[in-house]
Order: sequence, then C-alpha cells, then structure tokens
Amino acid sequence: MSNPPLVQISDLNFTYDRRPVLTGINMSIPRGKVVAIMGQSGCGKTTTLRLIGGQLKPSQGAVRFDGKVIHELDADGLYAMRRRMGMLFQFGALFTDISVFDNVAFQMREHTDLSEEMIRDLVLFKLNAVGLRGAQKLMPAELSGGMARRVALARAIALDPLLMMYDEPFTGLDPITMGVIGQLIRKLNDALGGSSIIVTHDVQESLQIVDYVYFMADGKVVAEGTPDEIRASDKAYVHQFVWGEMDGPVPFQYPSAPYREQIYGAAHA
Amino acid sequence: MLDRATSALRGLGHRVTSRIWRLGFASRFFLATLLYSGPSFRRFFLTVREIYFTGVLSLIIILVSGLFVGMVLGLQGYDTLQRYGSSEALGILVALSLVRELGPVVSALLFASRAGSAITAEIGLMKATEQLSAMEMMAVNPIARVVAPRFWAGVISMPLLAALFSAMGIFGGYLVGVQLIGVDEGSFWSQMQASVDFREDIVNGVIKSAVFGIIVSWIAVFEGYDSEPTAEGVSGATTRTVVTSSLAILAADFILTAFMFRGA
Repeated sequence: MSNPPLVQISDLNFTYDRRPVLTGINMSIPRGKVVAIMGQSGCGKTTTLRLIGGQLKPSQGAVRFDGKVIHELDADGLYAMRRRMGMLFQFGALFTDISVFDNVAFQMREHTDLSEEMIRDLVLFKLNAVGLRGAQKLMPAELSGGMARRVALARAIALDPLLMMYDEPFTGLDPITMGVIGQLIRKLNDALGGSSIIVTHDVQESLQIVDYVYFMADGKVVAEGTPDEIRASDKAYVHQFVWGEMDGPVPFQYPSAPYREQIYGAAHA
Repeated sequence: MLDRATSALRGLGHRVTSRIWRLGFASRFFLATLLYSGPSFRRFFLTVREIYFTGVLSLIIILVSGLFVGMVLGLQGYDTLQRYGSSEALGILVALSLVRELGPVVSALLFASRAGSAITAEIGLMKATEQLSAMEMMAVNPIARVVAPRFWAGVISMPLLAALFSAMGIFGGYLVGVQLIGVDEGSFWSQMQASVDFREDIVNGVIKSAVFGIIVSWIAVFEGYDSEPTAEGVSGATTRTVVTSSLAILAADFILTAFMFRGA
C-alpha cells in the first residue's frame, strides 16, 4: 500500500478504574475504505471509537490520525482534528431544542463564516443526501428512530469529514431502515472519498457493505479479514458470532463468583 | 464490633473526602466556565436566549410571590406598628424588609426551584442523550456553548428578578396598607423615600442578589454537567440543585448581612 492509512492504531491499551478494557489493539483504517469493528456488547468497541475521537486517552500505545498522534495534541489541535471527523451516535444525539435544519447547520454556523444563504443551500444538500429534505422544519421529537439517525448522519457529514465513525448505526431499526442506513454509509463514504469505521454487532447487514472487518472480544482483536474471509472463517469465535450460535467460546454466563458461594454466602462455601 | 466501628469510620471518611473532591471539581468547573465565557458575550444572542428561559419565564412566579409577600408584610407590619402608634412608618418597614432581605433571598429561592432545577435537568439530559459528547466530537466545547451562556443568563437575570420582586412587594404593601387599611398615603411614600438609602440599602440588596445569582447558576450548571447520565442520576441532580442552592443562599445571606449591616 503506497498511501499510509488514515487511522493507525498501534499496541493500544486502555485501563479504566484499574480494569483493563483494551489490550494490545492494532488496527489500520485505509483511506477510502469502510471498516467494521465487530464484537459482543461490552467488548470495547465503543471505547476504541472514543479513543480515536480523542475523548479518552490511552494508557499505553497510540492512535494516529492522518499521521498525528491523537493523545499528544493540545486542546486546539484536538478540536482542529475533530473538525475533520464525523461521528454518528447510537441514538443520533440530535440537539432536541432546535429543528432538524438547525441541527444540520450547527457545525457550519460554529466553524465557518458562511452566509446564511450558503448555509441554507448546504443544509438542503446534506438533508437531500439522506432523503429528508422535506423534514427540515421538524423538531427532533417529531422524528422516528430511523429518521433521527438519518438527520444525525446529515449533521455528521456537514463539514465533509475525512473520517466517519458510526457507533452501532443499526441498533433498534427495522430491516428496511437498516438497509437504507447501510447503503447510505457506503454511498456517502464513496462520495466523500474518506474512510468510515462502523462499530456494530449486526453481522449480516454490515458484511454486505464493508471492506474489512476486525473482530474484538474481551478488549482484544481476535480475528480480522475481508467479509468473504470472515464468512468462511473456521475460527470458533468468529463462527459463533457470524452464525449467532449460543454455544461456543463465548460463555453464556457473566464472570461471577462460584454458584455455591453466591447462593449460600461466602461463609458457607 | 471493632470491625463494624472501623468500617463505619471508613465510610464516614470516604463521604467526607468525596465531598471535598467534588467541591474541588466544582471549583475547577467554575473556573473553566469563566475561562470559556468568551462566546457568551461575543455571541450575546446565545445568552439572550437563555435569559428568556431562565429569567423571563420565571417572571410570573416572581411577580405573584412578590405581590403576596408585600401584602402579608403590609398586614403584619401594620399590626405591629400600630401598637406603638407609628403605623405611618409602614412604608419604611415594607421597603427595607424587601430591599435588604426578602427581595434577594426569596426571589433567589424561587429562582433556584424554578430556573435552577430546569437548567440542571436540561444539561443532565443533554449529557444522558450524548448531546454533549456529540458537541465535543463536532469540535464545539460544551462548556463554552452550553454551560457558560446558561450560567451568565442566571447571573444577569437574578438581580433583575430580585428588583422586580421588591417593586411588586412594595406595591403589595401599598395596596394593603394604604388602600385597604387606610394608612396615610403621603407618609407611607415620603417616609419610605426619606429612610431608604441608595448606597446602604439598595446597592447592598443588589450585591446580595448578584451573589445569589452566581451561587444558584454555578450549582445548577455543575450539578447538570456532573450528573450520572441516567434517569435516576438526572432526577437526583435536580433535587441536589434545589436543596444545595437553597442552603447556600441562606448561609451566604447570613454572611453578607453580617458584613453589610453591622448596626451602622
């Protein structure tokens, strides 16, 4: 590969309250590609996103964005970098006190000196891209879950970010909306010419649109590959996850004290 | 036995140290709010919008309460004063009680429960629904964009509300004392004008209400920003805002009064 990857995660460790959340993560997100990070709930996927966005600092290792180490940036540098990133939050995180139009216009008004006419045109372009030009006057409370997610997507791409991050973009959506969001993610990535990271546990939906997959479990990367490699994988964990089997290397029980001890109390164990 | 005693002691110590930690955190938050206050004034419409929500929407409760407090003062004051044959001093009594004490204190208590709780709940829910995180990821500092305008709106609104409270209260005292009971109108107003000192009484009252404004707004924005991002956390934070600011207002009022009116 001649071009260095847009995001390079090397030997990343993150500890929260002395509990290791991520250990030894290595990933690279090439330019122009859509990469999925998959794994069970609580395996550290969202934490990885927050480390890329600079909202958390790594305990060890580094995340590089466009060649710069994120946690070494000062506040101004971090904010300058975040202007080139967009993030779609799990439930949209729209500002509930302002309209759909103002939500999409938010970053343009905060970060640019564009005239209101120009902002109006840009907002309508963005809303058109997600099919919601007609909803510009609605308030977030008047939107369905899928529409809110699409508005949030329009807001996230307001400044044409180099990197788009999606935190569980398919959660709680019906199959049609899921398909729409999936196609939008792919189309927007190709149109903007940037890279995208999708954190998800919706395997079938995301395998159709991504270029590469990282599998995480217990804060580690346990498998990686192209969607075809993943589908054909005979690794027990990947197989269990992709085909949704209950039995496998992932235990059904959350780690806990021995059964006897918990029922009868520590004194009687 | 000893075990229980040490664990109780440890629990107590933990509570004390965690309170102190929180106070330190709140102080740093206060400094950060001041530091990032630029946009609240450079883009003053952000603050104006919040003044509408915190100040203008508190007007009804402030005005109505002020009127009633003044009317009660008129009744009670007359009852006491006429025993000494000085019922024409009613104007002084009503005006001084309101301008020095009741205006700033009662309107601050009302402001804490009407506007402070709303600020906490709003910021807390913005945090719980990841709106603050989203703002950070859009390279917009939520302290500058969300917290500081609300803080300054509270600080600006509070003295104005206290002044309106006092004015309505004096009007209420006039209604009851002069119109209802029949105290001489001329002496009601002239004694009030002669005895209320601008520097001693009015300015000190304004200083009080400004200090209360800072206290209530600071507690409200901090509790919201620091709340657990859950339904339970936000409701707890809202309650804490009202309780903590009420206690802080009363304590600060004592301290300020002790310095301002030393029987001079």
